[in-house]
Formats: sequence, C-alpha cells, structure tokens
Amino acid sequence: MTATPARDEADKALVGLPLGEKGIHAADEPIMRRVKTKLTSPFATAAALIIAAIWTVPTFGLFVQSFRPAAKQVGPRSDGWWNAFFDGQFTFKNYVDATAAAGSQSPNLSQYLINSTAIVIPVTLFVLVLASMAAYIFAWGNFRGRHAMFIFVFALQIVPLQMALIPLLQLFTQVLQLPAGSYTQLWIAHTIFGLPLGIFLLHNFISEIPGEVIEAARVDGAGHTTIFWRIILPLSVPALASLAIFQFLWVWNDLLVALVFSGGTPDVAPITQRLAEISGTRGARDYLNPAAAFVSIIIPLGVFFALQRYFVRGLLAGGLKG
Amino acid sequence: MEFVGGKLLQVGIAIAAFAAVIGLIMLLVDRAPKSTRDKVTVIGFLAPAAILMIVGLVYPAVQTSYLAFTDAKGTPNGVDNFVWMFTQPEAVITLRNTVIWTVLVPLLSTVFGLAYAVFIDKARGERILKALVFMPMAISFVGAGVIWKLVYDFRGAGIEQTGVLNALRVAVGMDPKQFLLDAPENTIFLIIVMVWIQTGFAMVILSAAIKGVPVELVEAARLDGANPWQQFRNVTIPGIRGSLVVVLTTITIATLKVFDIVRTMTAGNFETSVVANEMYTQAFRADEPGRGAALALVLFLLVLPIVVYNARVLRQQREIR
Amino acid sequence: MKSPKFLIPAAAVGVLALTVTACSPETGGGGGGEAADCSAYSDYGKHEGKTVSVYSTIVDIEATNLETAWSDFEECTGITVKYEGSKEFETQIGVRAQAGNPPDVAIFPQPGLLAAQASNLKPAPKAVSDLVDENWSADWKKYGTVNGTFYAAPMLANVKGFVWYAPKTFEEKGWEVPKTFDEMMALTKTIADDGAMKPWCAGFESGEATGWPGTDWIEDVVLREAGPEVYDQWIAHQIPFNDPRIVSAMDKTGEILLNPAYVNGGFGDVRSILTTGFAQAGQPVLDGQCAMHHQANFQAANWPEGTVVAPDGDVWAFMTPAIDESKGKAITGGGEMVGAYKDTPEVQSFLQYMASAEFANNRVKLGGVVSANKGLDPANAQSELDKLSVELLQDPATVFRFDGSDLMPAAVGSNSFWKGIVAWINGTPSKQVADSIEGSWPKS
Repeated sequence: MTATPARDEADKALVGLPLGEKGIHAADEPIMRRVKTKLTSPFATAAALIIAAIWTVPTFGLFVQSFRPAAKQVGPRSDGWWNAFFDGQFTFKNYVDATAAAGSQSPNLSQYLINSTAIVIPVTLFVLVLASMAAYIFAWGNFRGRHAMFIFVFALQIVPLQMALIPLLQLFTQVLQLPAGSYTQLWIAHTIFGLPLGIFLLHNFISEIPGEVIEAARVDGAGHTTIFWRIILPLSVPALASLAIFQFLWVWNDLLVALVFSGGTPDVAPITQRLAEISGTRGARDYLNPAAAFVSIIIPLGVFFALQRYFVRGLLAGGLKG
Repeated sequence: MEFVGGKLLQVGIAIAAFAAVIGLIMLLVDRAPKSTRDKVTVIGFLAPAAILMIVGLVYPAVQTSYLAFTDAKGTPNGVDNFVWMFTQPEAVITLRNTVIWTVLVPLLSTVFGLAYAVFIDKARGERILKALVFMPMAISFVGAGVIWKLVYDFRGAGIEQTGVLNALRVAVGMDPKQFLLDAPENTIFLIIVMVWIQTGFAMVILSAAIKGVPVELVEAARLDGANPWQQFRNVTIPGIRGSLVVVLTTITIATLKVFDIVRTMTAGNFETSVVANEMYTQAFRADEPGRGAALALVLFLLVLPIVVYNARVLRQQREIR
Repeated sequence: MKSPKFLIPAAAVGVLALTVTACSPETGGGGGGEAADCSAYSDYGKHEGKTVSVYSTIVDIEATNLETAWSDFEECTGITVKYEGSKEFETQIGVRAQAGNPPDVAIFPQPGLLAAQASNLKPAPKAVSDLVDENWSADWKKYGTVNGTFYAAPMLANVKGFVWYAPKTFEEKGWEVPKTFDEMMALTKTIADDGAMKPWCAGFESGEATGWPGTDWIEDVVLREAGPEVYDQWIAHQIPFNDPRIVSAMDKTGEILLNPAYVNGGFGDVRSILTTGFAQAGQPVLDGQCAMHHQANFQAANWPEGTVVAPDGDVWAFMTPAIDESKGKAITGGGEMVGAYKDTPEVQSFLQYMASAEFANNRVKLGGVVSANKGLDPANAQSELDKLSVELLQDPATVFRFDGSDLMPAAVGSNSFWKGIVAWINGTPSKQVADSIEGSWPKS
C-alpha cells in the first residue's frame, strides 16, 4: 500500500476507531467530493466568514484610507475611514504622489520594486535548496550526532538578527571584500538568516516521508542525490511552497538587513527602504503611507496566489505508485 | 530599460553560480568511492548551510555571550548587566509581559489559524479566503502600523472619533478609551496585533498539513459514523501533529524576538515593554551593548524549554520509526 | 589654503551667478542644464573621478534639496557625492562604523551621537576649523568638539521654542501676542475662561522617540527660568537631573501641559498628548480648536498644503517669551554636524564646502531651513519664518543653547528623558520623574 506523510501517525491514532476499508486511493475524485459536502457545514462557513471579516476589516480600513485626501486622513479635520462612504471624497492623488519621483533620491518606485524582486528571488531559491539538503540529511542521513546538531540548528533561530549584523558586515567588507552597493551582500545575509527556520520547517515534513519509499529506492540502487532530487523534493512540494512564500515575504518586508547591507543607494535599495522614507524627514507627508503600503503588497500577494495550487497538490499528484 | 537588464544579468549570474556549486557537490557525492560515500554525502549536503550559519549566526551568538559580561566601553564587568536587569523598576513588568506574549500569541494564532484552515478546507473560494487571512503577513510594517492606529486611535469625548473601536464605543454610548495607554490591558491590545499577523502563518502551514492527511482515513472515519468533530479530533489532529508542533514553536520564537510592534506602537511605555524591546533599546538607543547582549541571553534562556520539548518530540518520532 | 575671508565675497558672486543662470528652487535636480559658474569653487581644487559618500538622517524632498545645494560643487570639482539618507541613521551609523564600513562623511543630527562616534572620526582639517571660527559662534564650534578635539562643522540649524498661533483668531478675539512668560500664562487663562477653544494643543507621539517634543518644552523653560549657566550644568551633569531648579521648570511647564483646562484642543484630555502624532498636533490651531502650539521652526512644513505661514497669513509664530528678562533673550535650537571618517583630499574639500557660507546660502535659498552661519545672507531666507529664524540666530543679543537632550548621553537623551516625559504626562509627579531620569544617568 502506498503511504503519504503523516499517515503512520494517523493510522496509529485511528486504532481506536473500528475502520472499514482502508485502502482507498488518495486521488479518488468522487470520494473527495463526498467528503467536501460533508465537512462544509453552515456553522463552519459562518465561523470562517466571521474570522475572515475580523482579519480583513483593519486592512480594508487602510485601503479606503489610501484613497482619501490628506486632510481627511490626518489632523483634527480627519475622521474615521468609514466616513469616506458618506462624504464620497476619493482621490488617486496619494497613489500618484507615492509612485512619482520626489527628486534624485527616489528615481521612481518601480526601480525599488525591481530591486526588491532581484533581492528576493535568488534568496528564496538559495534557502529552499540549502535548507532542504540539510533537512534531508538531518532526517535521513546516518551519522552520529545528527539529532543534537539538528536541535542546535533549530535553537539558532533565537539569535537576534541585530546581534549578527556587525560581525557579518565586518566579514563582508574586510575579509571577503565584497563590493558595496551590489546585491551580493544582501543575498548572502538573507540566506543565512533564513536557514535555521527553513531547515526546521522542511525537516518536519521530510522526516515524515515514509521510510519504505526511501528504502525501496535504495534497493533499486538509487544514491542519496537521486533520492533527494527524484523523491524527496517532488514529495515536499507543499512544504517547499509554504516555505517559499514565507521566505519571500520576510525578505520582501525586511528593512533592517537592507539598511545594513545594501549601502542604501537607489541601485540596490529595496522597496521597504523607500516606504520608510516616503513621509519625509519629519513625517510631513505621512498620508502617503497607506497608498505606498498597497503598492508594496501587490507582488507578494501575486506570489501567494501563484503558489497556492502547490499547497493543495504535490503529495497527491506526486504519484506514488505502490 | 537598461538598468533592468543589468540587474537581471546579476541575478542570472548569481543563480548560475549557485547552481554550479550545488551541481559540483552532487557530482562529488555521486562519484565518491563507495566506502566513503555516506560521509561525503553528509558533508556535501550539510557543508554549505553549516558554513553560512557558523559564520552568520554561531559566531555572533558567541560574541554576544561574551558581550553580555562587559560594560558600555567593552571592559568586562562580571554579572553587573544581569544585576542591573533585575533591579530596574520595570524589570518584573517586562518579564511578566514577555511571558504573557509567549503564551497567548502562539496559542491564539494557532487556534485561529487551525480553525480557519479547517473551516475553509475545500470550500468554494478557498483561495480568496486564504488570501484574506494571509494578507496581514504580506503588508509592510509601515502599513501595519497605520492599520492599527486606525483601529485603536483615540479622540476625547465629544470629538469625532477616528479609530474603529472608539467609534463603536461611542456609538453604543460608552466613553472613548485610551486603548494603548491603560495598563495592563494595553498589552493585550498589542498582542492582538501580533496574533493578527501570525495567524496567516499558522493557517498556511496547517492547511497544507491538513491536505496531507489521507482523504481515505477521513472518509473511513465518516463511514464508521464519526461526526465532523470526532473526525477532526481523531483523524485530522493526529495527522497534523508534527506541523502543529512546528507552528507553535516557530511562532513562540518569533514572539520572543518581536520588538517592532511594541517599539512603534508604545515604545515600551505604559508598562507594555517586553524583553526583546528592552534589548533593542539598550543596544541601539541607549548605547549599552552589554546590557542588550545580557537581555539577548535571557531570551535564549526563555527559549530553552521549547528547545527541550522539540528535542523530546524528535526522539519520540525516531523511536516510532 | 586661501584665507576664508576671500570665500565670502566669492560666495556672494556665486550666489548671484546661481540665481541668474541656474535653476529656480522648485526645479531641483542636479545642477540644471547649464554649466555652473565655477569661479566660486576654485578653492576646492579639482578631484576628477573621485567619490565622497555621505550618510545622514535627511530623506525625501529635504535630501533632494541638499543634493541640489552641492550639485555645482560636484560639477566644478569633479567630485561625485554619493548621498544616502535613512531615518534609521542613529542606529545604523554605529553598526557601520563598528563593522569598519563607515561612510566617508556623516551628517550627525545631534552632538551626542557625534561624541559617541568620536573615536572613529578624523579631526576636522584646519581649513574647516578656520571657517567655523570665522562663520560660527564659539558655542556652535563647541558642539562639534569632543574632549578638546574639533571634529565636525555645523551644517544647518533649526530654531526651537516657537509658539504657533492663528493671527486671525487672535485678532478676532482681541488677544495680544505675549511679551513675557507671565503674559503668556495670563493669556492662556483668558483663552480658557473664554471657552471657545482650549488654549493649547500638543502631541508627543513619535514612534520609539515618543516624548521628545516634551523635552523641548522643558529645555525651553529651564533655559529661560534658571538661565544658561544652570542649563549648561544640567546638560553636563554638574548638577543632578533632579535638581530643584529642573523640577521647578517641569512644574512650570506642567502648569500648561498637565492642566486639563488648558490642553489638548482638538484631541481630548491631557493624556491624549501621548497618542497624538507631533506632525499633526498643531493643526487644531487652523480650525480654531486650540489657540497655541509649541514647536520648532520645522513645524512650518507640517501644516497642510496651501497653509500660508506669515504674520498676516493662516498661521504664524512667536518665540516663547523670556521668564526672567535679566537672563537675556535665550533660545534653544538644534542642528546637524558634518563629521568625516576619512581624510582624503576630496573629503576635506567637501567638508570645507559644507562649512562655507556658500553652502549655507545655496541650501537656505532652496527654502525650509536656516543656518547659523554668519555668512548667510538673510535675504536668501525663503519664507517669512525663515527670515525670522535667521534674525534670531544672527542677533548678537540672542543667547543660543543647543537642544539639551541632544547633548546628554544617549541613555538619557535618547531614552530615559523621553520615557520620563511620557510617564510625567501620564500622571507621574515631576520629582519622581526627575529622580528616575537621574538614576538612569550613566555612571563614570
């Protein structure tokens, strides 16, 4: 019988329940549809909608606010964003101002968006590959101390970023002589900071891949590299997709690492650096913040939608023929 | 757009170089003589990540540990920093808050994230519904700050309210409230912000895990007459236990480290400070890196129980296998 | 090096040339289309192909203006100035310097930060030191001096302690601009009794720096009530922070800020000061919801677009009046210090330009800022308020003192003083607040 991750544990838990037929194929469409009708109860729907509403209303307020004239947003003449629906005062001016050039300091927002993309894509790729390699060895390698080493790596998550910045910058500029004002420093720094959590998340998933699958491949003569690339990675697509979206976001929304390693020039600075400055030295234009926040959220949301289908498939489509 | 081309080229070169390194490692592992192959595999697969982490995390951690026993000028001063830490007037409140944060945030985020993931599982419009709860994670920090100002904002009684909550209070005839000023409940209002952000994380990970629970098991339980709650309790939960531990752990560590919510919303005033915020303030504002490092060590101590718990879970997993 | 005396007329010529040939302030953007008149820049030499990196807190439009102010310098000397501005400068400069990767030049927003970085900085070149002797008062030079070594020339200045009001409202109500502090308190009472509006509005919210506008208030009162000598001793910690004279100044300020009848027009009660953003706090003045707002000259940029700042405009300001006139006409203010981590010829040349009257004139001409540089032609001040600020700064009778919290050690000036103000507004008694700030003063 083929097994899917988490199955062993689930099987054990089910011992108490008198089970009927167990060997139903995972991709059996009609059954999935029946389950669907059963689990989506009116109560669940209502609860889900309530949570969705509570989670969205604050952001929605910001969205409405981003279209309101400055005087309505800040200061004593301002009122709650919901009043926009009564006074009908909407404007695109904030978006125009937020994206327009404010002099040589900010050529335009698109350059910062391109920088952010150029930083985030390699980092996400590096973290995914390096973390899954390490996670695979921690889960399925065979050497003494891997258990302790994994726990150690996991504990590294607590090292505060702030404490790591100075030694790393020293290394980059004085030992490695990496050029300032290029992406290289940012790529390496972000990759380092992403690794402990990446390894931790992927290890959980990869270690739950059934041992029989890997054993079977070994018997067929597959080496570690083959198992890793042909079996582990395809089976881990949902976990990889989850990690990818979060790694993408953390780097996309990072300001601290960017400030230290980008050299701050518009050539490499990411969008967050511009966002932090858009309101001016003393916050005189802080009514631009809502519009700028929504310009910055577009790409991460797009990535989220693009990756969503992998959260669902992967395992089922990974096609384990038993 | 010349500059786009140049940047694309840089990205391309970086990815190619990375691919070359990984390819070389794989080649070496494959070509290694059989006797040493296992060893070479372990080294090859671990070395890139290990080198990066030793340089970028282990070394700074060691340095921080040393720094914790020095004063502002870098001369060793024994345990002075720790004495200072526990004798300052707000020390107890800061610690208390940190504990409240690390208990409530992981718990609430996971409960909401899990419930939501289950409720919308296979529902129509699942993608959109997921995106709604995911959105707080994607919004920039500047944006999130404004969002919660729009929720908690205060204007005196009789003046037009700009915050949602106070507008609601006034609408039902209550006095407006200073949500961020009134201790101790203001800590809860800050925690809500963190829960709002982290729920998206819990939801995405747990939703993926739920979809990994074999559908035939759920179906079998259903045929055996289990109601939806029993199906959830007896099939889904055991099936996603590993992911639950991961989510709880990750959010706990993130919560211990988080300081920017406190920093930007109250600057740690009004009895809302947490250890991470004190660490940041001491190291980067007050020019006392030694005290900052000492606080970082305390954070590390606070995370130890979680490390131990994970180690135990890991051992259990190994034994099961 | 040529004598600095030559520089000033040269600067005047340069200024004239600029106004005739080059861009108007609004167009901005490096150097305009036409070649600059380089005669004023011959002193700085030729440094073709050299780059100077500059780091500061100044961002956005102000940063663009700054770059415009040195664009001709770049063109004439061949130096490329690579500018970077960040609001996180205060924390980042330490990280970069410690990591051995500092910028060539840093523009420090406060002397305290400069002092903390002094061990990494190069002493200012003699030419710069001479220029500062020539163009600034000894006090200003002192702010760029750490342990007897002069590191950094002042750049621009801001004037604190303005009280903003709406001239029309005052006229309608028959209120007079007060000449003394007592008159101001009397006016405050009159306005409160009148009942049409609260006399004052205030906002101290500023993210992690919440509380700083309150430190400005206290400093203004200490300087006016106790006098410059006590002010200097207070900052140097020669008297403790909880000295009775400081506590008394806090109480005097508290008569306004802690009185629910006097604050916080347009926003709510006393505590609402803590949740009102400082950039918006003055706006009720425009709407007749409060009469007065205490804030520095940079408040001019915080009024909504289209607000006329002039004696007969929508809003205008008077200087917080003297408490004891025998103590002189005292004002507080702030400013940036230009320090260097390198001493290459091009960096020295740049520092020299930044200390010159030429730069002051070029930058002030673009509007929104003033400088305490004596070579600054008051005619270059762009707005009525800039003119008033320049007058105050250049008036030999003015006793100028730097913003005290900027001079105190970071543990106080950028931490416990802010937090103390917050606790004080939130109801903690003055004495107790002063005691706790005193307790946080670094030992040694």
